[in-house]
This record gives sequence, C-alpha cells and structure tokens, in this order.
Amino acid sequence: MAAYRNTPGFQRVLHAVKHVCFSKQRCGVIICRYSTVYDPNEKTFDKILIANRGEIACRVIKTCKKMGIKTVAVHSDVDSSAVHVKVADEAVCVGPAPTSKSYLNMDAIMNAIKQTGAQAVHPGYGFLSENKEFAKRLAAEGVTFIGPDTHAIQAMGDKIESKLIAKAAKVNTIPGFDGVVKDAEEAVKIAGEIGYPVMIKASAGGGGKGMRIAWNDEETREGFRFSSQEALSSFGDDRLLIEKFIDNPRHIEIQVLADKHGDALWLNERECSIQRRNQKVVEEAPSTFLDPDTRRAMGEQAVSLANAVKYSSAGTVEFLVDSKKNFYFLEMNTRLQVEHPITECITGLDLVQQMIRIAKGYKLQHKQSDIPINGWAVESRVYAEDPYKSFGLPSIGRLSQYQEPLDLPNVRVDSGIQEGSDISIYYDPMISKLVTYGKTREEALKKMEDALDNYVIRGVTHNIPLLREIIVHPRFVSGDISTKFLPEVYPDGFKGHMLTAGERRELLATAAALYVAAQLRSQKFLGDLRVSVVPAESRQWELCVELDKGVHMLGVSRSGNNYTVEIDGEKVEVSGEWNLASALLPITINGKHRTLQCLLRTAAGEISLQYLGTSFKLRVLSNLAASLSKHMPEKVPEDTSSILRSPMPGSVVAVSVKPGDNVAEGQEICVIEAMKMQNSMTAAKTAKVKSVHCKAGDTVGEGDLLVELE
Amino acid sequence: YRWPLDEAGDGQRLEHLASKVLQNARCYSVSHLSVQERIEKKRKAALTGGGQLRIAAQHKRGKLTARERLELLLDPDSFVEYDMFVEHRCSDFGMEADHNKYPGDSVVTGQGRINGRLVYVFSQDFTVFGGSLSGAHAQKVCKIMDQAMMVGAPVIGLNDSGGARIQEGVESLAGYADIFLRNVMASGVVPQISLIMGPCAGGAVYSPALTDFTFMVKDTSYLFITGPDVVKSVTNEDVTQEELGGAKTHTTVSGVAHRAFENDIDALLNLRDFFNFLPLSNKDPAPVTECHDPRDRLVPGLDTIVPLESTKAYDMLDIVHGIVDEREFFEIMPNYAKNIVVGFARMNGRTVGIVGNQPKVASGCLDINSSVKGARFVRFCDAFNIPIITFVDVPGFLPGTAQEYGGIIRHGAKLLYAFAEATVPKITVITRKAYGGAYDVMSSKHLRGDVNYAWPSAEVAVMGAKGAVQIIFRGKENQAEAEAEYVEKFANPFPAAVRGFVDDIIQPSTTRKRICRDLEVLASKKQTNPWKKHANIPL
Repeated sequence: MAAYRNTPGFQRVLHAVKHVCFSKQRCGVIICRYSTVYDPNEKTFDKILIANRGEIACRVIKTCKKMGIKTVAVHSDVDSSAVHVKVADEAVCVGPAPTSKSYLNMDAIMNAIKQTGAQAVHPGYGFLSENKEFAKRLAAEGVTFIGPDTHAIQAMGDKIESKLIAKAAKVNTIPGFDGVVKDAEEAVKIAGEIGYPVMIKASAGGGGKGMRIAWNDEETREGFRFSSQEALSSFGDDRLLIEKFIDNPRHIEIQVLADKHGDALWLNERECSIQRRNQKVVEEAPSTFLDPDTRRAMGEQAVSLANAVKYSSAGTVEFLVDSKKNFYFLEMNTRLQVEHPITECITGLDLVQQMIRIAKGYKLQHKQSDIPINGWAVESRVYAEDPYKSFGLPSIGRLSQYQEPLDLPNVRVDSGIQEGSDISIYYDPMISKLVTYGKTREEALKKMEDALDNYVIRGVTHNIPLLREIIVHPRFVSGDISTKFLPEVYPDGFKGHMLTAGERRELLATAAALYVAAQLRSQKFLGDLRVSVVPAESRQWELCVELDKGVHMLGVSRSGNNYTVEIDGEKVEVSGEWNLASALLPITINGKHRTLQCLLRTAAGEISLQYLGTSFKLRVLSNLAASLSKHMPEKVPEDTSSILRSPMPGSVVAVSVKPGDNVAEGQEICVIEAMKMQNSMTAAKTAKVKSVHCKAGDTVGEGDLLVELE
Repeated sequence: YRWPLDEAGDGQRLEHLASKVLQNARCYSVSHLSVQERIEKKRKAALTGGGQLRIAAQHKRGKLTARERLELLLDPDSFVEYDMFVEHRCSDFGMEADHNKYPGDSVVTGQGRINGRLVYVFSQDFTVFGGSLSGAHAQKVCKIMDQAMMVGAPVIGLNDSGGARIQEGVESLAGYADIFLRNVMASGVVPQISLIMGPCAGGAVYSPALTDFTFMVKDTSYLFITGPDVVKSVTNEDVTQEELGGAKTHTTVSGVAHRAFENDIDALLNLRDFFNFLPLSNKDPAPVTECHDPRDRLVPGLDTIVPLESTKAYDMLDIVHGIVDEREFFEIMPNYAKNIVVGFARMNGRTVGIVGNQPKVASGCLDINSSVKGARFVRFCDAFNIPIITFVDVPGFLPGTAQEYGGIIRHGAKLLYAFAEATVPKITVITRKAYGGAYDVMSSKHLRGDVNYAWPSAEVAVMGAKGAVQIIFRGKENQAEAEAEYVEKFANPFPAAVRGFVDDIIQPSTTRKRICRDLEVLASKKQTNPWKKHANIPL
C-alpha cells in the first residue's frame, strides 16, 4: 500500500504541502556573531549531500545556503517529513527507520549521491562521520568527504593506535592504558595491572557511549559483559579498551582546524565536564579553569597531534584535566562535534564553512593570532528525557506544542524538529542545543536562565528542569565542576528544584491568581443573551492551595490585572496579562519579572506550573470545596512492589528469568535497550517470578509490564 | 486529597445556614410567635435532612450531602430553594408519625446560577429514607422541571436514591412516570443533565437515561435495572454492584454513562465546567465566551500529523487539541466506542461539537457502537444550535457477522440520519480516508455539509486501491499496475474537489483559521426541515 505514494499525483500534492510549509519554516538555527565572510566568488561545491539527520543536518544546510551550495538530505521513511528534509533542496529516502538500514546504509547513501549528483558529503556527527570505509567508498567514486582523510580517521578512530601516535607526537597520555581484551578474566587481569579504578569501553565507539567504570574485579567482569554487548550492537565490533580512570577529572577539549597544506590552528577550548553517564549535558567556552599558559600548552599539543596524522578539516582533541591542571590526551574526534556552536560564538568562525573550504582544498584564512576569545558561550543539550530517572532516561512522544526562545537576543537554538515532530525510539532523543552568549559568563548564564524559562516543549518529558538547576547551582556558577558534578551534587538522584520559603509563596500566589483569573473569565459570556448572566460579585477570594502535601489558606484580592495574595500573613503582589491561551506566563511577582509556564489547568482545580525549570503540581480549591474534601474516599494506588515495568520505551535485549524462578533483590531480570543504551532491570525484592510478559526482541513502551513477582 | 481541617466544619456550616434562614424568617411581620417558631424549626429541620447521624454515615461512604453538593455546584449564595416545607403524604406503615416526616422530604429543589447562568436543580437526599422517591419528591422535581421549560433553562439532577418509596406503592410509581414524561417533554427544549452520585436502580434509571447526559462518580455510584441479588436469583450470575452497574461498566461497556469522575467534588467542579459549553435552551445560540486564543492561529504540527503510509495510525485527538481554543476539549464517552471521538470545544470562544473518526482505534471504522455514540451526540448539537465540526478518516463500516447480526445497517443508519437532518452549521474536514458509504455518512456535502474541506492527504474513494482493483480487474494480470493507476486517479482529493464535493483543499496548518472564519459566516445560517409531527429515526 505504501508504494503507491510514489505516484506522480501524490507527489504533486506533497510538493504543494512542502512548498507552503517551507515558506513558514524556521530552520531553528540562528548563528550569533559570525565574523566570517561568505565569499560567493570562492568556488567550492555546487551540491552537497548531508549524510545525517536532525539538528546537525539542518545546521550544515544553513551554512550551505549561505555559501550558495545546493543541498541534498537523506532520510529514513519515518523521517520523510522531518525538518532537515524540508529545508534541503532535494531529499532521498535511504531506507526504513532503523539506523542500520537507513542512515548507516552505505549502499543506499552512495546511490543517493549518484542519483542527485552531489559532489561532496558532509557526514555531521555520529552515523558515518568517523567511518573510514565510507570515506574510502566516497574517494573511489570521486566524491569529496567533508572531513579528514581516511588515514586520520583510521589512526584516531582506533583508541589504541591513537594513543601511540599521541605519545610519539609528545602529547600527554593517560598512564597505564593497554590493548584489546578477549574475555572477562583477561579484563580483570589487565585492570589489576593498571590498578583500580579502570574504565572499560568499546574500541570503536566515540563519545561516552558504552563506557563503564570498574572499581573492583566484579565490576570489571560486569563492565566487560555490558560494554562488549553494546560495542557489538552499536558498532558491530566487540573490541574493548581498559585504561586507568582519572578520578575527579574535568573534560576539556580543544577545537582544531587544519587544512590540506600543513597549516593547523587551535580554536580554544570547550569545557564539557557536566556529564551524566559520560554524556555531555552542559558545555561552555571558554573554561573557567584554564589559564592562558595551560590553554596554549593544550592547544599546541592538539595541533601537534593534528600535524602528526596530517589532519585536515575540523577536529577535536579531548583531554582529561586533573585538579592540578595536568592534562591527558583522551581521544581525538575526527568530525564536527555536537557542541561546536559555543566555539563558533566565541571565535566568530563558522566551522561548517571552514570544513567545506578545507575539503575543497583552500588554505586556512586565519592565523593563530587571529583567533579570539570574545565573550562567553554556554550550551545546554535539551533532551527528550526524564531527568528524574538517573539524570535522564529517554522518553518519546509527539511535540504537541513547541516554541523556541528565539525572540530573546543572543540565543541560538540548533534543532531539527518542530511542533508536531515525533521523538521516536529509533534515534537520539536530543531536541535541540540551546546556546546563549554574553560578554561575560554571568551574562551568558543569566541569558540561559531566561531562554530555558521561555522554551515551550509539550508532549514529551524533557530535561529542562535539570539544565535549569545546573546553571544556577553555586558550584557550577563558581566554576567548581568535574565530570562527577551530577552524582556529587545530587547523590540521591535529581529531585527537581527545591523551593525556598519565598519561592514557595511566589508559586502559591501565582497559582491562586491564575485560578481567580480563570474563574472570572468563565463568567464572561458575549453576545445578546435572552436570560441575563448574574456573575457572583466578589473581590475577595478565600482559597486553599495544596502543594507537595502542604496545604495553605490564601486570601486573594484583585484590582484589574493585579492580585494581592496573602499567604501565612505575608503579602505577595502578582500581576500580568493573564492570557489563558498562552503557553508562557510572563508575570511580575513582588516587582520581579518571572516567566512561568502553565502546563495544566483543570476544572477540578489542578494547576501545573513550570517554575524555575521544574514543574510543580498544585491544587487550588475554594475553602468550601477544600473543607469538604476530607470526606472524599481515598483511592488506593496499585501495589507496584511486585511488578516490574519498563522505565522507558525501548527494546528487550535479554530476559534472564522464567516463571517459577526465585530471584534475589537486586538480581538482573532483563535488559532493556533504548537509544543504544543498555539498562539492566533488577528485582525490587526477593521473590518467585510469577509471570514474564516480554521476550528478547520485543519492543516495549514506557510503563509496560515486563515481569510480575509473587 | 485529604484536607486537615477541623471536623466541626460541617456542623458550623449548617449552623451558619440555619442562622441565615432565621434572619430571613425574622423579616416577616410576626403576630403568631408559635407559627414563627414552627417555621424556623421546619427550616432548620429541612437543612439537616435525615439528621446528623445519617449525614455522618453519608460522609463515611465518601459522599457529600444533597445540600453540600448544591453548594459546590452553584455559584456562592445563588441557590433559591423551592418546596422546603413539602412533606410526604403517606399514612401507611407508621409513616404518618411525626418522626417520619422530614420537611422537604428526600429531595432538595430550586434554581441557581453556574458562572452567572441560570439553572434548575434537584438533588436527592440519601439521608432521608435513602433518597427514595415519594409522590411528594416527584412533585417537587416536576415543579422545577415545568418552570425550567417555561423559562428556558437547563435542568441538572443529582441522583442519589435507593429507588421507589415502597411504603407509598403506586403513588411512587406514578411519580416516576410524571418525571419521565417531563424528561421527554423537555428533551430538545432545555439541556438535561444527570449526575449519578449514589445508587440509582430499578425504574429510577430511566430518568437519567432520558436526559441528554449522564455522568457518574467512580466507586460510589451505580445504575442498574435489578441489583446483584435479583440477578443471582434469576440468571444465577455472580456479579458485584460495581461490575454490574458501576461507573467503569457504564462508561466502557454499556455506553449508558457519558463520563465518570473521581469523586463528588471532582464531578461537581467538572459539571460546572461542562455547563459553560451548553446553551440555556433550544431558543438560545451556542454560548460564546471570552477567548484568548487567536482565531487565526496557525497549527504547524498538523502539516505532519497524517503519516505517509495510509495504513499507519495517528491520534485524532492531536488534531482536535491543536485546532480548538486553548487545547480544551470536553470529551463525551472517552472510553466507549473509542473509534469515534465526540465532545465539546470552542472555536474563537463559541461552543462547537466535535465528531472525529479515531484512526488509532480499529482504524477509525464505523461500527454499531460508534454509530450510535456519534448519532446521539450530533442530534444533541443540532437540537441546541451547536455547530458541528467533523474530522473524517474512515475506512468504512466494520464488516463481519457480529456487526451484521447486531444490526449495523439499522444502527449505522442512525448516524447517517442524524447528520442528514441536522440544520446547524456543519463543517467537515477530510484528513485522510473517506471511503465508501462511510464517506457519505460523515457529514458529507451530500448531506448538506456547509463547508467541506479536504487536506492534501485526503482520499475520497469507494474503497482502498487494493480492494477496488481486485474487483475492477478480477482475474487480470498486472494488478500492481492497475493499483497504481487507481491510486493516481482516486487516492487523492482531486476527484471530490473537481466535482465540488469538497469546497477546497486546504493546508492542514490553516484549518483552525478557516473554521473560525466559516463559523462567523455560518452563525446566521437558517435552514429548516419540512413540517412533520416528528421524524422517524431508525431506532
């Protein structure tokens, strides 16, 4: 049935849809402060294919448009109406949803190149960006790969080889790292030689995915098992790497840019220490930690490594930096990094433009002395994740409402989605990269607060509560961070914003004022009425507001749009426009401007407000209704201690129990994989397995019943 | 929610109410103190219903008293009570004794305001003879219904009654019939709403059944013809009250109730909200409230909502929420016949009725239950001047013996009938499939649809391409090629558009804007059906 969509009649209609959509389309990328000139006479490519999806595809297309280059998007069938497809000049479907059949499908992508006549390919990050096979195939067809040459990809792609090269290039390397691991016992032996703690990860993998830390033999065995499985499923290559784990390190990386003529530059650092499960969450440039000497030393080592592998294009050299500013080479990423926008903000360079120029064979336009640090840039990775579960477990859904805070100055949002987009289990759950820029760090962080408060995301659970907390945390604000920031600051897991007494009053007052505004509006009937409306005359309201099991009696009085709310003897003044249709609620509380968001408002008095990033559930009732509430029967929630439900949407990798088995508390019951992360689900109590509702290979949704215990 | 307030609250409130009544009473120019005293005594007695013990028992069941319910339902101080002094007239079985007489008997009646708008109410008092229906009880209910009809204002009944007053025998039965008759007479004249807040059994169930909407309270309300004991003795079935006639049963299985709420307070607050959607009578236009949602708001998410593969589902509620004012949709029967979505919303402040096929459930096909659900809703909207907006994605009627034996022909005809006879503004948006007879049924141009739109993804055809080709080219080769040809010809909006069966092919994101504009124009629509005593819908 699906095939008939390709008939000409349908295409015509589709085209019409696409055309109208596009005229209204914001690509979602506003680049702040490029000093770069886009010289239309500098001939590069006529047409570039972007072998990627989402925000990075949109990001690359944006620069291509500025450079006058035609663009080709590739997409899987579920992505056929994605933003990157709409903003590209042409689009080719390269297969079904799973990445291995579409975005990693080299045959299909090679066909797309042939079909569209693209002269070059920008791989973005992830997918085929560091795949030497792909680079080779492109070279064989005479298509330019916008990135380093195969040799550099290969050399830096292999964790072991890259360290040998780094050592030879006089780059500081982590002590005690060693080779490929065959089995769990060998892993234990190697770990013993290095000395705990050790880090175990896939040789072929980039970033933090598949990385596990072991503090003893048992954890080494477990880490080996997980990492090798993940390595196999993500990269088709189960080789592993074990190395000394540097406790309490910072993750600071140097952006380099090298041309094909032997010139290389370092574009300063990015501080990427705020991570969860070894994935970056908040990045900034520059770092508060580096002094000019350390920065130069790191930059020069990064450049010497780039030179050692005859690197060309943009690349990133990652370092771990200990508390004494000793830095160790971690790895080199031979691609454009996710967090590249913050470097662009402080240097004024368009890295994608530079990559395209370099790929065409041009010389670098800049000298090292031309590279400035102008101001400060902060990037928050906005994810479709539940931050209350291990700092972020993937969530999926349809973006029922979506509004980027683009009307604020000095805010850049790189995204590849729009209102109505689906966040699916097939791809990375990133919604966008929110970048703010300021003359100082303080200014950039303040701007980030505003931007997060004004960012409307509905329909999927997102991590804005966590991001909003990180950027105002005293340790973060003072620059006292490490890669262990999150587990140290939130040892019992993230619980959302903790309200102070004053904030609590602000929140209660806002909810009460909103309630009264809505009540008053519901009495406003327009038009000629046969039977007159007699609204209840009232300027005073006695309300009862519940928040986190605390009950407050409030007195509200109103004059126009201004409400005076009396809470426990204290007066709070709240005023605003009270537009009940708007997702944003810009109000003034006791003279302070705040932007809250109303997430829910029901007839029964439930109000959910997003305040300081966190969403709070309140219930506002008249005193009468509140006093009668004590008679309402208490509903007993379902007993969940013996039920194991999937914490997120994903697929079942393995089920280790069957009905009748006895399991101990904490014993692994099954493994769920989502977004390439494997999560071990364990028994909450010691019991007998009553029934198993899933099997390996099943796709499960959040909250689906997996296993029942007796 | 448990509110840690003082237990004396109820007592105090009653005292307060009583003192207010006394104050009013003192305004009389009193010559006979004994009469004055009797008035005060009766009023006070009326306010306490069956007495503190029974009130405490009512609370213990998780239920509020008849008066507490009215206080929550109506605007503060707006309730005007009638017949506080009415008492039952039974003289058998010791009922004539003074201690068996309660001023006002087992129901509280009167009128009041909800958000300033007039409403007539009755609230059955379970603390007086279990809320049972006496002749006097029925007479009180009939009185406010008669007045509601004359004035043109809705009637809300809060039901909490054990059934007939057995001591009164046929008088009680007569009372039921008096109410039934008024329910029928008021049908289509003023909106009638029943909120079941306790038991409602036997003949009593037919009054809610005759009203426009029946809502229930979860765990504390029941509706059945005969209770579990009788069921056991007659059919030998073991069934609990909850299974037989609880809120879950009636909102998911039987379709008797239109919605259920968590508890009394939740139900009453929601009822206030619901009331705002309704006009006061069939003489009034659909109400218009102040609206903050721009009428010309674009909804970009709708451009991508319909999946490219026609076999893939999407949620019709996403379309509805995106288009209506402030994403506010009061869904009717959300858990019954989920393959059709019906409910109330507003467009630029004006109440509209929404009907939409739900592709997420059974592909959005029409079957017996969904046809009946849709038909009843459409007829309500038509009776009360509420414009109907229909979203169409329907693959046809559900085939099979279960449906045919169940009378899908008869029941499907109801929906067809309802759309065809409706004279309110009718706007139809074909989002994807509009196949076969179901296309005709779903407020098509041919059934006097005022404005019919197609999205670019619309396919108006007799059936899906595969089925059509199998019939047209039976036994021939090259079915795939023929299928492609069929798709090219029919699986798009053009065949309908070139014939004027849809008025325009619109960009989905502009749907809200278009509908708001059309509704303004259609507000003055006048259309009448030929004179008839009444029509003969295929029941």
